[in-house]
Amino acid sequence: MTMAALNLDILDNEPAPRPKRIALVASKGTLDQAYPPLILATTAASLGWEAGVYFTFYGLDIIHRKRLPKLKVASLANPSGPIQLPNLLGAIPGATAAATGVMKKWMRDAKMPPATEFIEMARGLGVKFFACSTSMGVMGVKEADLIDGCLVAGAAAFLDFAGDADVQLFI
Amino acid sequence: MTTPIQEVTETLDTSGLLCPLPVYKAGLVLSRLAPGEVLHLITTDPGALEDIPALARQRGDALLGVDNQGSRQLFWIEKGSQQ
Repeated sequence: MTMAALNLDILDNEPAPRPKRIALVASKGTLDQAYPPLILATTAASLGWEAGVYFTFYGLDIIHRKRLPKLKVASLANPSGPIQLPNLLGAIPGATAAATGVMKKWMRDAKMPPATEFIEMARGLGVKFFACSTSMGVMGVKEADLIDGCLVAGAAAFLDFAGDADVQLFI
Repeated sequence: MTTPIQEVTETLDTSGLLCPLPVYKAGLVLSRLAPGEVLHLITTDPGALEDIPALARQRGDALLGVDNQGSRQLFWIEKGSQQ
């Protein structure tokens, strides 16, 4: 086959352009750390990208039916947290609840949707949710504990998705 | 840059909302519009001056005009045909 013939062949079979893709790993289960993967995935999908989030270890809480509405942020060992307390006081009962309450008020005042609503927004745009099967086994989380529409899978399945991604981020 | 746009198909006011909500809500409207139809978008998030052009570029829509009024920003976006 000559080069010219080869080029024509390629032109004739030009595939439709593939949408961009973002692959995120959500590894943390605190209220503040639930937002970045959900915001990025929702934004990417709004731009017309394919988006997928791999929820692993504590990040599983973000797609855990019962834990999602109760995500917390601690004051203890969190010098940037919503309330500034000495660590010794951050350890007393009620300190984490107080910090969580302040952060939720920040979000409400800024008209930012709660994490539960971001999950619905992301799902509505077709964002893929991968639930790390190893984390589920280690932490005793059952598929029935997760919100609907999660794909229970291991690292290989996520990498199969992430390998074709234009952006990959670990959060 | 101020571009008076005659034919607006839909107006979306996202005043008071922060990223990603203006992009998210504009994306929902643009997905619904037909190619050639125009969304008039109002934002107050200062990041929108960068975000909305990026939204149009990434989606393949055309940013027809931007009016930065300081406290708010006005955009006119024409839905592209490559979607």
